[in-house]
Amino acid sequence: MCVVCGCHQRPLSPAGAATPAALDGLSFVAEAPAAGVAAPAAAPRDLHYGRNPAGVSVPGLDAERAIHLETRVLAANDRVAAANRQAFAQRGVLCLNLVSSPGSGKTTLLVETIRRLQADGRLRAAVIEGDQQTTNDADRIRATGAPAVQVNTGKGCHLDAEMVAEAWCGLEGGAPQLLFVENVGNLVCPAMWDLGEAAKVAILSVTEGEDKPLKYPDMFAAAQLMLLNKCDLLPHLRFDVATALAAARRVNPDIEIIELSAFGGEGFERWLQWLAARQAAV
Amino acid sequence: MHEVSLAGGVIRLVEDALAREPRVRVKRVVLAVGALAGVEVRALRFALDALAPGSVLAGAAIEIDEVAGRAWCLNCAANVAIHSRLDDCPQCGGRWLQPNGGTELSVRELIVEDLPDAPDASAHQEPASCASSAAVISVH
Repeated sequence: MCVVCGCHQRPLSPAGAATPAALDGLSFVAEAPAAGVAAPAAAPRDLHYGRNPAGVSVPGLDAERAIHLETRVLAANDRVAAANRQAFAQRGVLCLNLVSSPGSGKTTLLVETIRRLQADGRLRAAVIEGDQQTTNDADRIRATGAPAVQVNTGKGCHLDAEMVAEAWCGLEGGAPQLLFVENVGNLVCPAMWDLGEAAKVAILSVTEGEDKPLKYPDMFAAAQLMLLNKCDLLPHLRFDVATALAAARRVNPDIEIIELSAFGGEGFERWLQWLAARQAAV
Repeated sequence: MHEVSLAGGVIRLVEDALAREPRVRVKRVVLAVGALAGVEVRALRFALDALAPGSVLAGAAIEIDEVAGRAWCLNCAANVAIHSRLDDCPQCGGRWLQPNGGTELSVRELIVEDLPDAPDASAHQEPASCASSAAVISVH
């Protein structure tokens, strides 16, 4: 508060300092609409000093001021994500955010993962399914007997922390040991939204290009694990695995990688072991 | 187009800030967007322009500061400037870089002005919006 007239003091910010002191407290009734554009000739350029709350004009002080925020745009989402993370930790739940382009085999991988976990009696899993429309994926998960909640985003391109919080409340059967969140198939937007997961798992299938991690670096940089899926198809494809792995490590030198096929094999057992190790660490 | 969601987040943030500052109008909002933030500045500006009318940002100039990307090079043990996550170290050509700057997306500050008292309000219902030459902010 200004000690001279009671108006708000001008802040010592670069933006505030740029205000010419001579114009403080002065306003035009009709003003120039944009930078460098002259006001229409018909508009009266009457001057009215002292239109600030104090009703006076004091050079060097004006009604314009800066509010410093320095607030992250996603701060609101991140607060909900932190609450989700805490809720999962308290209940011993390992939450994984599965991200990929559409058609990489996320749902098939989940169905097979749940089926094997059930057969071994190892870990109980539940799934939050994100899509724009239909309940097809949740229906496939429920057919295994595991609880699932479908989140349809409408036109949205990603899940956010609030959607996951609400879906979590709607899951039946008590707290699972594993909570898979299958994000909307999209390698761009979901990279930015923290859902409260322990890790993002990116899935790249060998029917896609080897250079996908280079084309969508933000997603592969955000992931802790990459699953190279559909490896059973490699004999029929011109897909260079070494090139794909090098591309992933280039954007994320620390990324873990498991080559597998959703229909079984050695890599699938490694994936199950990875899940068990991460779950044990919760 | 996650920039539309982000633009909605910007508006919500400004609404929250103005809840503590009643009777002001936003003249300018300054955002910081890092080169490694995963945000397309043109798309964000488009989304903000589309959402601003009728919101707290109606008539406000939107300024976006683009913050350069920075990373720690494990090979040179130095901070270096990078433009994308795919860049090699500009000093040694090394590929082991850990981004440590230019990843932010934040609202830095709002430049606000007090609304006139109610009896004077009609005198201010003019179409143009800038109050003085100080408020003319170039919008690219």
